[in-house]
Amino acid sequence: MIYADNAATTKMSETAVKAMLEVINDNYGNPSSLYSIGQKAKEALEEARADIAGVIGAKPAEILFTSGGSEADNQAIISAAKTGEAAGKRHIISTKIEHHAVLHTLKKLEKEGFEVTLLEVNGDGLVTPEAVRDAIREDTCLVSVMYANNEIGTIEPIREIGAICREKKVPFHVDAVQAIGHIPVNVEEDNIDMLSSSAHKFHGPKGVGFLYVKKGIRLFNLIEGGAQEKGKRAGTENVPGIVAAAAALKEAVANMDKNAAYLTEKREKLIAGLKEISHSALNGHPVKRLPGNVNFCFEGIEGESLLLLLDDKGIQASSGSACTSGSLDPSHVLLAIGRVHDVAHGSLRLSIAEDITDADVDYIIKSVKEVVEYLRGFSPVWRDLVAGKSQFIL
Amino acid sequence: MALYSDKVMDHFRNPRNVGVIEDANGIGEVGNAKCGDIMKMYLKIENDVIEDVKFETFGCGSAIASSSMATEMIKGKPVSEAMQLTNKAVAEALDGLPDYKMHCSVLAEEAIKSALDDYEKRRQEEK
Ligand SMILES: Cc1ncc(COP(=O)(O)O)c(C=O)c1O
Ligand SMILES: [Zn+2]
Repeated sequence: MIYADNAATTKMSETAVKAMLEVINDNYGNPSSLYSIGQKAKEALEEARADIAGVIGAKPAEILFTSGGSEADNQAIISAAKTGEAAGKRHIISTKIEHHAVLHTLKKLEKEGFEVTLLEVNGDGLVTPEAVRDAIREDTCLVSVMYANNEIGTIEPIREIGAICREKKVPFHVDAVQAIGHIPVNVEEDNIDMLSSSAHKFHGPKGVGFLYVKKGIRLFNLIEGGAQEKGKRAGTENVPGIVAAAAALKEAVANMDKNAAYLTEKREKLIAGLKEISHSALNGHPVKRLPGNVNFCFEGIEGESLLLLLDDKGIQASSGSACTSGSLDPSHVLLAIGRVHDVAHGSLRLSIAEDITDADVDYIIKSVKEVVEYLRGFSPVWRDLVAGKSQFIL
Repeated sequence: MALYSDKVMDHFRNPRNVGVIEDANGIGEVGNAKCGDIMKMYLKIENDVIEDVKFETFGCGSAIASSSMATEMIKGKPVSEAMQLTNKAVAEALDGLPDYKMHCSVLAEEAIKSALDDYEKRRQEEK
């Protein structure tokens, strides 16, 4: 089996599993308890916080643990909106290619009377800092732009956008779920005020994430209850998950250069191989992209059937086709970079991890070629294209 | 739990009656690339009986499986019987489809109806 869907989730690293088990077995106290095993759990929790803060250039007090990326995105955006509202500011800027955790939160705020500007991206999926500058108004209370896109892997000019936000004194939130642990991220150097992260994207456990909030930025609760996380996130902390997340992240960051170089080489091999398929196109930026992300559109076929047949060949991947999502529209990200419906349905995302080998890469290329050719063989769309009854798009 | 029943996967992996009938006397195409599923049905009808049927599909697993199953269900049947084919019957014959995939089986029913309409129209024109 070749697992090539690491943008969806990753396998926990052995280090993370070991760290988690140690806490579960030996350090099961409640960090809020005053007796020794409680305080031992508290120590582990705070050590994890310090480790994570250190890795992204933050202070431990600026890290808030959450149930994952979605919760972190929700809390960051809703907090900035509430703070803005109190100052009479009800305008938010984001982009068309954000994750639904961001987009749906913004939709909700729109219903509550906020005005949301979703910036366009170019054909490679890039937002320009100039577009952000032009969109900022007197009443803008938040700019939210993702560090790297989960579908097409494009890495956004976060530092430059952050500089503009600093200059204009507008809080800047970054969904860095796909970036943390994979590419260098530093909240100070990148001018970031709030940042969301999720452990299961960097070989940590599912259901654990964190929100970085720069000192001085006000946070509002999503969950009411006890005084955990300085009163900003009630609920007994997921100590095993948090400790495992910190272990996974430290490991990922320690090996980042090596991993990124390895994955980039494999990625380029995959891209070169898949480009050989006629009427295909790479989605996302050719260079400014996550080391492990490959995303293609193949004309004349539909993505779900491609995925099912690849699964039969032992390859797990993903697609932005409508029929994989249960909606009638293909991925909003592919539409935003200008792929029309007809080709957006035929997309394939491969997101590889460090365990991939050259033999795997060769096997993936061979298998995708076979399946695309097979599906085109009885596709009425392909027939019309080949017969010249309709125009090729790719 | 698997996404699809074994029956669906069988028809998806080994679709029956795939291809084109060169001298078809009823052809129907439904769906569009916008929604993500397109089906084309070719019928060869003689003496009001569907002697042969073939299909081409651009679409998801359930679209391909529904096309395949639908062709099996009408092959060798009188036109009047084929007219009665419903997407529910196709989905049932496949041991069910996930709710959000029912629309893909609707296309199979519509593709056959469209091909039968085409056959009827051609007959009227011949007269
Ligand atoms: C860019 C991005 N943001 C947010 C999320 C949500 O993270 P989680 O699954 O931890 O809630 C994901 C993961 O799917 C993601 O890729
Ligand atoms: Zn479908």
